[in-house]
Amino acid sequence: MLNAPHKTGLVFFPAFDWAIDPTHPEREERLLYTQDQVREEGVFDVPEIIEYKPEIVTPKDIQRAHFCVPDEQTVTTESHLISAGGAKAIANAVMLNEVKNGFALVRPPGHHSMRVTHGGRGFCHINIEAIMVEYIRSQFGVKRIAVIDTDCHHGDGSDDIFWHDPDVLFISLHQDGRTMYPGTGFPRDLGGPNAKGSNLNIPLPPGTSTKGYLYVIENCVLPVLEAFKPDLVVNSAGQDNHYTDPLTNMNFSAQGYARLTDMLKPDIAVLEGGYAIEGALPYVNLGIILAMAGIDYSGVVEPDYNPERLKQSVSITDNIKRTCDQIMTYWGQRYELREAAGEPGQIMTRHREVFYDTDNIFDRQKEKIRVCRDCGGSFEVDSKATPGNHILGVHIPINACKACREQGYEFYDQADNTKYQRIYLQDRTTDVYEVKQ
Amino acid sequence: MILGLDVGGTHTDVVFLSQKGVQKHVKVPTQSDNLFKSVLSGFTLILEDVDPGRIQRVVISTTLTTNAIVQQTVTPVGMIVSAGPGIDPENFRTGDHYYAVGGSINHRGREIEPINEMEIQRVGEKFKKAGIEYVGVVSKFCVRNPSHEILIERILNKQFKQIFLGHHVSGNLNFPRRIATTYMNAAVYPLHKEFFQAVEQSLEEMGLTVPIQILKADGGTMTLEASMDFPAQTVLSGPAASIMGAIPYAPEGHDAVVLDIGGTTTDIAFLVDKTPLLEPVGIQRGGYKSLIRSLRTVSKGIGGDSALRVNDDGNLTVGPDRMGPAMAFGGSVPTPTDALVVLGLMETGEQGRARQGIKSIADQLGMAEKEAAEHIFKICCNIILKKTFEMIDALNAKPVYTVHDFLEGYKFSPDTILLMGGPARFFAKKIQDMYQLETIAVPYASVANAIGAALARTTCEVTVNADTEQGVVTAHEEDFAEPVSKSFSKDDLLETAYSLLKDKAKNAGADPDTLNEVEMVEFQEFNIVRNFSPKGKIFRTKIQLKPGLIHGYESMLNRQALEN
Repeated sequence: MLNAPHKTGLVFFPAFDWAIDPTHPEREERLLYTQDQVREEGVFDVPEIIEYKPEIVTPKDIQRAHFCVPDEQTVTTESHLISAGGAKAIANAVMLNEVKNGFALVRPPGHHSMRVTHGGRGFCHINIEAIMVEYIRSQFGVKRIAVIDTDCHHGDGSDDIFWHDPDVLFISLHQDGRTMYPGTGFPRDLGGPNAKGSNLNIPLPPGTSTKGYLYVIENCVLPVLEAFKPDLVVNSAGQDNHYTDPLTNMNFSAQGYARLTDMLKPDIAVLEGGYAIEGALPYVNLGIILAMAGIDYSGVVEPDYNPERLKQSVSITDNIKRTCDQIMTYWGQRYELREAAGEPGQIMTRHREVFYDTDNIFDRQKEKIRVCRDCGGSFEVDSKATPGNHILGVHIPINACKACREQGYEFYDQADNTKYQRIYLQDRTTDVYEVKQ
Repeated sequence: MILGLDVGGTHTDVVFLSQKGVQKHVKVPTQSDNLFKSVLSGFTLILEDVDPGRIQRVVISTTLTTNAIVQQTVTPVGMIVSAGPGIDPENFRTGDHYYAVGGSINHRGREIEPINEMEIQRVGEKFKKAGIEYVGVVSKFCVRNPSHEILIERILNKQFKQIFLGHHVSGNLNFPRRIATTYMNAAVYPLHKEFFQAVEQSLEEMGLTVPIQILKADGGTMTLEASMDFPAQTVLSGPAASIMGAIPYAPEGHDAVVLDIGGTTTDIAFLVDKTPLLEPVGIQRGGYKSLIRSLRTVSKGIGGDSALRVNDDGNLTVGPDRMGPAMAFGGSVPTPTDALVVLGLMETGEQGRARQGIKSIADQLGMAEKEAAEHIFKICCNIILKKTFEMIDALNAKPVYTVHDFLEGYKFSPDTILLMGGPARFFAKKIQDMYQLETIAVPYASVANAIGAALARTTCEVTVNADTEQGVVTAHEEDFAEPVSKSFSKDDLLETAYSLLKDKAKNAGADPDTLNEVEMVEFQEFNIVRNFSPKGKIFRTKIQLKPGLIHGYESMLNRQALEN
């Protein structure tokens, strides 16, 4: 009989009855072959692998991470609530020490959803990792969390939600934004003025192979984790770096994903993208599950795997090395960068545009944040969606200092009722969420 | 007229049933070293004053294969497994003669790597040298494409007495369990065959010539002939017999729990509208996991003969071990049965010895004798019910894979408890008082297992897959594969499935008028999309002839119970 060295939790929710539309990559069939492989391998019979039923997240859970416009019900379907609930179920199992680590194999994904969400972008409506992270902080009081996003697309939603948060280290490894949706995530994007360096974006050139990918993990991600000393490591485990993925141009393999998981040792992994549903996902998911459980994964190889054909060129190797060096330099300078970003008490403004490719919405945002050395800083986001609503969201971080807390309420109280359809307050210090219409 | 016989660990029970009810029942001690003799003496006794010509049905449930597996007195089997990518098949080794060979099939049933004929021949030679007569062959994803298994069988061609192929075992995906199950079928085959051929011959000599039916772990029956291909399905038919025996008294349209309180253990099972719940994949007990269809039962180490002790913290513990019979019946350690005797509920047994035993517990607990007996009784009910509610929670926490199932999730919530086993009638009232759940002691509790065997109907299931991109509908378990066109539909699939099930049921000896008790266990339909355009559909279904009782006997059993 096969035994694992420790307990691993698994939520498997393939949502076999939900699709964006019948031929969309994010459709019913996506995890079918993964289910077949995992069942045939007898994975659920390993006594230490424990299958959990997903939960369903409540509006309260979503309100910790998002301003849903106009409200949670309009933005989500049951599938989104259950998918996020899958991540929540794994979080509960891990935090209550029922298992050492866990993997939520759920769909639809979430890492393109930002704090203000008007609808679907990049197949995502709500950010399942962010909802989970905020739940863990409120429910279990965990302070420092690292989220490592290994999906091939820039995790711009998570990047946005954790942008101003010095206590959440967010690292995204992705195919270079100049060649890939959503077109963002460059090394100089390091987080807001109070959190410089707590967001790290590592773009990789098309054609990056297993070797290049693991080089970044070893020489960049692991040293940063070592220094950050998180209480919990989360992996947004997208699987679209695979050499057969139809939407991307990378050369990663099932062995590589298993090895990555083995090196990263996440407490919680959450499935994100990955659309080579027949040739990659069954093997990649199996590899990740075995690596999480500490079971030998050396036999998990795609039928057409040929490492020689997937070798990366010397110029790609050099390119990756340069990016890593640059990231490590930024990381080393993070405190200086925060000092240089502005004077405490100063209000800084940022303008940006967000495009919702799935729902065809254009959002213009203006954000104001209080520069602070003591906490993440309160901020307000003025968001005007076309078509859609014009809203203001005020966020007070979970560990806000007194001054920032007061600043947050000042933002909220002074907001112009006539200008906005809705004004939201997200006070994480008291776990309160309010809406003024 | 029906005969049902159940060989249990200590007793062999036989009942003779007519349309009027239980006509006769006998109990003989089981000789564990000679089950054949136990079966024979059971039949001889029951047939003493019955005309064998009037018997239309004979169902037998034995511990033969269970014992052989537990005591490891099975035949050596040569196993050939072909795994391909994934978990190292060495983890699923069944014994010395186990060889992992090349060849690979993927999840869609496409060949990835062919079988190496020379390699198979070499393994065959090793088997011959080791004196192996029975062989099992299992390839990963053979339920999608069994061609490698069939090829290996052909290469080994007639060198062995019998070759068992993995894809015949079940339509379910699960390679490790398929290896274990195929191995088990081969390992108990010679024993099973020899035993039942002897039984058949003896019954013929007694004038009993109707075909023998054999009870399976899923509470259904199969003909002796059908059992020869899957003898391991008879494993753990004992608990199934008991559960089937409770069904006549289960409430219609409601959920119920069956508790079989024995000497050492209590078995827990679940009924939904008189139909027992099945294990989702197959029998599992401890580390032992298979694809054998089975009723969902859980065993808790508590029974009438469980040893009672007071631990260092001054708390009462019950079991999980049995140190012999109750003191009232000559044992040396106090048991729950002694408490029943002291309370005056059980009128047999030596009152004096029971009191002596309970007094020793009472002294340690600092209680009076009667008070301690009452305490013991309550604690036992508590332990059993606590485990039952835990199991119900586990049942209701079962993962689901669609949004619809998640939102519609059926919650099992029993309003009746059916108690079986020796001490059942004493426990019934207590449990009802304590938990406010209707609790019924099943009539004829001591032979309900044999009644269950007698009345169990034939069960079977078929799994059918269609892949219109590859243009094929298959049920490899039934050796069925046919080409289909792109327009193949859900209706076509179900029609195919129903007709396959009908044939299978008939071959297993099903009564034609139970053939309408078919249930769809699974249905899935997917579009296959490549490069953003639809290429075909995948359909999957599993339908079953669900476990239940043959018609025409339930109402009279109920009437008979009322009259008594």
